[in-house]
Amino acid sequence: MLLDNAREATAEALGVRSDEVSFTASGTHAVHLGVLGLLAGHARRGRRLLTSAVEHSAVLHAGVWHHGQGGSVDTLPVDVLGRLAPQTAARAVSWSDELAVVAVQSANHEVGTLQPVADIAEATGAPVFMDACASAGRLPLPEGWAAAAASAHKWGGPPGLGVLLVRKGTRWRNPFPADSMDQFPLDGENVPLALASAAALQAVVAERDEVNRRQSALVDRLRAGVARIPDTEVVGDPVDRLPHLVTFSFLYVDGEAIVTELDRRGFAVASGSACTASTLEPSHVLAAMGALTHGNVRVSLARDTTEDDVDRLLAALPEVVARIREDAGL
Amino acid sequence: MTVEPALELDCRGLLCPRPVIELAKHLTDVPVGAVIAVVAEDPAAAHDIPAWCRMRSQEYVGTDTAADGVARYLVRRTSAGG
Repeated sequence: MLLDNAREATAEALGVRSDEVSFTASGTHAVHLGVLGLLAGHARRGRRLLTSAVEHSAVLHAGVWHHGQGGSVDTLPVDVLGRLAPQTAARAVSWSDELAVVAVQSANHEVGTLQPVADIAEATGAPVFMDACASAGRLPLPEGWAAAAASAHKWGGPPGLGVLLVRKGTRWRNPFPADSMDQFPLDGENVPLALASAAALQAVVAERDEVNRRQSALVDRLRAGVARIPDTEVVGDPVDRLPHLVTFSFLYVDGEAIVTELDRRGFAVASGSACTASTLEPSHVLAAMGALTHGNVRVSLARDTTEDDVDRLLAALPEVVARIREDAGL
Repeated sequence: MTVEPALELDCRGLLCPRPVIELAKHLTDVPVGAVIAVVAEDPAAAHDIPAWCRMRSQEYVGTDTAADGVARYLVRRTSAGG
């Protein structure tokens, strides 16, 4: 009963049917079930997976798994804004008579660019898996997907809960060993976490028009202010984007140095630069866009971030960037 | 590729953004129209040297490998800047 309530509330907030909603152990797990389940459901007609080059690593890891199981995986290039063009996806699908599953995110988690999911679905005619982790709750879900995944902690819900959406009538099969032969409900759905997640989701959806408007204006302010710093690249679509996220790169600046210095001044930011990653590999998202990968700073606004916070960051950045460049002998 | 660089910068062992900084510092060591090469193991250089060329309006010629197999990035100086 409680689980049904959580399912119905989640479905209503996301604008889907309640029998299309399942709860998983994480967003990552929902992504894996979504991608691999669509592939399993269509396996008799083909074992091809096409993913945009800017998908979250959870999708890319599902691709590696699929390849290990004998399937094929191809990566589709994106433009300078990080967007997958529907015709690029359609051309790739038509390379072979074998059916392909197309994996494309609703919005990019690093640069904020929204993807034309509905247009991609229409242009390709393929079953589309949509990783909606970066946008679900904040924005209405786009149309066109056959399966989708979301993550509760991204909308302020509890960690350890993912949401898998499978459209009614979609060919989807559990790709992993399961106790029950029935597809749904999935084994072991966590009732308390599902309830907490649904409550958080309802709250976010209820206030998102106001929050999005405010955050989007603050991101515009940040983008314009940062662009005035010399040799700076503001990355991602300036308009068709997530409301709360902005990414930029400063030429000649060490990403770790700037993150550390901003942290010292009370600003918690992220970075896609190689020197901030344990692998020493730069962000595959920035690389696929042809964007500068070093000196990268990613700012996620909280719902209570103020214009004053943004202005303090804009006041600090020119000095921080200039000093790091000076230390580098420039 | 049969491009003969006028200057080759040895950036082996340097991590990002050092190879790009070296490139910027030494661009004006070669005349306009000449090619400057950056030899770098840093994986970010493969993305950042073309991005630097785009941002600073220099021509990214392409990549080949140094004698020891390390990637070498070729840039043609097209203007006074850098």
